[in-house]
Amino acid sequence: MLPQSDISGQITRLIREDWGRLLAVLVSFGGDFALAEDSLQDAMVSALEHWPKRGVPRDPDAWLITTARRKAVDRLRRARTAEDKADELTLWHWQHAPQEGDGRTLPDHRLELIFTCCHPALEEKSRVALTLRALGGLTTQEIASAFLDKPEAMAARLTRAKKKMQAAGIRFRLPDPEDLPERIEGVLQVIYLIFNEGYRSSSGALSRGDLAGEAIRLGRILMSCLPEHPEIKGLLALMLLGESRRLARSDGAGGYVPLETQNRARWDRGMIREGLDLVETALRQGWAHPYTLQAAISALHAQAQDFASTDWAQIVALYSVLIHRQPNPVLWVNHAVAQSYATSPDQALRELEASGAAQHLAGYQPYHSCRADLLARIGQGDAALAAYDQAIALAQAPEERSFLISRRNRLATRAPSG
Amino acid sequence: MQYMLLIYGAEGADPQPGTEEFGAYMQDYMAFTTRMREEGKFVAGDALESVSTATTVSLQSGKVETVDGPFAETKEQLGGYYLLECADLDEALKCAADIPTAKYGRVEVRPIMVFD
Repeated sequence: MLPQSDISGQITRLIREDWGRLLAVLVSFGGDFALAEDSLQDAMVSALEHWPKRGVPRDPDAWLITTARRKAVDRLRRARTAEDKADELTLWHWQHAPQEGDGRTLPDHRLELIFTCCHPALEEKSRVALTLRALGGLTTQEIASAFLDKPEAMAARLTRAKKKMQAAGIRFRLPDPEDLPERIEGVLQVIYLIFNEGYRSSSGALSRGDLAGEAIRLGRILMSCLPEHPEIKGLLALMLLGESRRLARSDGAGGYVPLETQNRARWDRGMIREGLDLVETALRQGWAHPYTLQAAISALHAQAQDFASTDWAQIVALYSVLIHRQPNPVLWVNHAVAQSYATSPDQALRELEASGAAQHLAGYQPYHSCRADLLARIGQGDAALAAYDQAIALAQAPEERSFLISRRNRLATRAPSG
Repeated sequence: MQYMLLIYGAEGADPQPGTEEFGAYMQDYMAFTTRMREEGKFVAGDALESVSTATTVSLQSGKVETVDGPFAETKEQLGGYYLLECADLDEALKCAADIPTAKYGRVEVRPIMVFD
């Protein structure tokens, strides 16, 4: 027999996997998000107490739903005052309302749950936290540590958000059809924020790295609920292709390895295959969303044997389309990098300077490191060193900083000024 | 649920009487109010006189203190309101976006507190 702690771990994992689905069913009963969450938490505690002794029930989800409903009724009874007639109906609902579905499979209300958690009337950070809590089943503690927040502050944030949901009348429902594209955009933004939060920490706390995996899981859930929306596939592909290079991005000692010198044998082929398939399907489904375009760029890198044989011309073309769609100065930096390999560093530098992006990018580290690299490649050593100094001053992550310093030092010894 | 839609804007930022746009602006307001009535959402709604007519009152240790002017001296001031009956926040937000002044200022949406 497994030791007790292993059983608890397994039960916790099992419930976490189904958390979003279970919670969504419970919210759909009474629409009370906080009560549904508390009751599910109670049911989980119950499961951890009973299952190790009596074994896992044949239908764990049904057991959890039934228990959570009972716990909700207990909570409502305790909170009820004698003259409170309004709660009578809610109480009846939790006790007697028939459950949808055939009893064997749970109805899937996760989409309503996602849209509720990502409602634009909630603060952005609260949307992210609520989504991780409700859909991902992460604990408040886990979310707080992933965002380097105090647990009490995160708990207060979640409570505030749930109160607003209830008091402001944010309903547990799908958006009206005419609002759907905009609301999907909002959900994708939340998922991508979660992914980037995990992506940026190539080293450091493991729990932050898990966020990228969590974002991918959320992307999969959303895609399974809305298969006819290509932008979801685009984002999922973008995340998978980025994540496929996680191992290769780190030199094992906490150092950052750029695309150019990554060991491509360390890329995750399974993620790449899935990402490539998704990009292709998304592009075939019609209008290419910016996420899909970015995924297409990432796909070209994934398909290249090595850095030199990358299809840079195609990447330049895709960046041009992207810049046309969303004039974001940051994109000009990426455009310049690609252009420097597609044509020449000289051409790239001239385009970057003509773009007018400079005035918006003075505080953006990659802009200066990109300029430094281009200047070095056309033999302007002094200007390149100065640009590296600016980049180093702006670098935040320690691995980024040490990478830039090593680049600068290499240049300084190779090409003495003058 | 009932929602209070508070219409804020800098005075003079929206079309003013005597200008060409003013007529159309007022017609938009009339059309909006009519639609709210027809849809059964309208509870109340009014425009307010300018903040230069505002007086703010408080009771300081039993003594009424009266001050000329609005509660807060900000560029954007409350200029009017609608009280609407809506199914949920999404519906209220859509109505708020349809208020003609939303183009020139901002509309704050607040649910009415229910005491039970």
